[in-house]
Amino acid sequence: MLSALDKQMLEKVADLHEIPQGAFNIRKNGQGVQRNTTANIDIIPKEDKSGIDIIVKPYTKGESVHIPVIVTEENINDVVYNTFEIGEYSDVLVVAGCGIHNSGSHKSQHDGIHNFFVRKGAKLKYVEKHYGQGEGNGDRVLNPKTILDVEEGAVVELELIQIRGINQTKRDTEIRLRDNAKLIVTERLLTNKEQTAESNITVELLGADSSAQIISRSVAQDNSKQEFYFDLVGRNKGRGHIQCDAIIMHNAQVLSTPRISAHHSEAQLVHEAAIGRIESEQLIKLMSLGFSETEAEEIILNGFLK
Amino acid sequence: MLEIKDVSLEIEGKRGVEILKDINLKFYEKKIYVITGPNGGGKSSLAKIIMGVYNPTKGSILLDGQEITESNIAERARLGIGYAFQSPPRFKGIKVKELLKMAASRNPNNVNICDLLYDVGLCAQDYLNRDVDASLSGGEMKRIEIATVLARNLKIAVFDEPEAGIDLWSFQKLAETFKNIHTKYDTTIVIISHQERIMELADEIILMSNGTISAQSERDTILATILDNNACACSTNCAKGVGQNAECIG
Repeated sequence: MLSALDKQMLEKVADLHEIPQGAFNIRKNGQGVQRNTTANIDIIPKEDKSGIDIIVKPYTKGESVHIPVIVTEENINDVVYNTFEIGEYSDVLVVAGCGIHNSGSHKSQHDGIHNFFVRKGAKLKYVEKHYGQGEGNGDRVLNPKTILDVEEGAVVELELIQIRGINQTKRDTEIRLRDNAKLIVTERLLTNKEQTAESNITVELLGADSSAQIISRSVAQDNSKQEFYFDLVGRNKGRGHIQCDAIIMHNAQVLSTPRISAHHSEAQLVHEAAIGRIESEQLIKLMSLGFSETEAEEIILNGFLK
Repeated sequence: MLEIKDVSLEIEGKRGVEILKDINLKFYEKKIYVITGPNGGGKSSLAKIIMGVYNPTKGSILLDGQEITESNIAERARLGIGYAFQSPPRFKGIKVKELLKMAASRNPNNVNICDLLYDVGLCAQDYLNRDVDASLSGGEMKRIEIATVLARNLKIAVFDEPEAGIDLWSFQKLAETFKNIHTKYDTTIVIISHQERIMELADEIILMSNGTISAQSERDTILATILDNNACACSTNCAKGVGQNAECIG
């Protein structure tokens, strides 16, 4: 049974108010607690290590898979290996996400290692939300690793979101795009207090006419530190665009390193990176509509991270 | 009524360098005032003093007899003062409809967001869901900015060069919109403008130069003077038709 706290965490990381429709697997404190499969989507526990295989049959349309993870105890170090087989010409939504509620003084950590095989012509939207809370001073740590192989003509949209609450994160994302494959990555990150976050995103345009767009927006508050490394590699005719923007506040630090490298004369790669504070004109505009300075700041940050 | 009493503004940190010098003005309700004059004459600074973006170094500001000199921007906004920026800021991730809804949130009247966009010459369908970011042109931003002020229920609405970046058709629309507000509401409209067609809307025209009010009068009187070119800020006799680099003959 899921407690009220479990449900609250599920809502934060997977927008789930009730047990989801369709396929799902809920993992709590290192163990699977509830699972459901459908005629088109199978979830099989791995035998050699902890984790599951999620298999979406070819031509499955409009279905979703929720695989939230919740950690509600301290001293947990959960490593999980999930493999996703997204069948040819299917169109699915996968919602992962991890919520840590740590009330203790020891560390709670979850490392999700996700391998995706997105088959020919498939459409995948993958949403990953990370959230932490708890009164204790035990660290809440999340180190996800996401590897995607995107086959011919497939379209992948990734939404990677972490808003407050996670003390430490190191996020690795590697994506390989085959012919005509299309990728859109949206990353949103907010750190505060003494938190640290590192995000490494590598995209390889392997196939002809593949395209990638990476839009990363972050807000660094208090004494937090953020590091971003984007690596866009054009090995074939294709287009890629990295756009990373950070709002820096208080005593925070942001380091952003976008890199583009072309190994083909018809690879078109662009990167844009900007770090800056909230513009005073933006605050003045919202205050001139009657909002207080704090409200104005909140509106600007919420919009920016949307 | 908004009253500006003996207001001066010095450049921060530079004593004696005055942007505005002893300004005295009264803006009555249900009237349109156009402030015009050469660039750098203090028009925008006066608008920002009214909104509370700048605090005067001397003097006071009263709204319906209430002292608001020390009130901040948000407090003045809640009292019914609005300001359309000359160069409006952009917001990443905020949609046109969200910005307009925020602007209208304190308006007790039922505001139709689509009508607001229509009033500034934009098609609602094309713009409601667009972000107020760099994807919009300067002219589009400017019109949305004006719409954020029209969305509010204001006692004093200040528009800083609303015509800049607006095409001819929308300009006509905009002029009509100002006329409509004038007919329907008691709002005092203050427009900073260089455009004759905007000046034609005015009940009164205020001419500002060098941080002072050099003339203030009913529209027709002052408009005739301005168009006559007698109010040229250059007090010396310029030789017409000489090269661009020619200096005034003193």
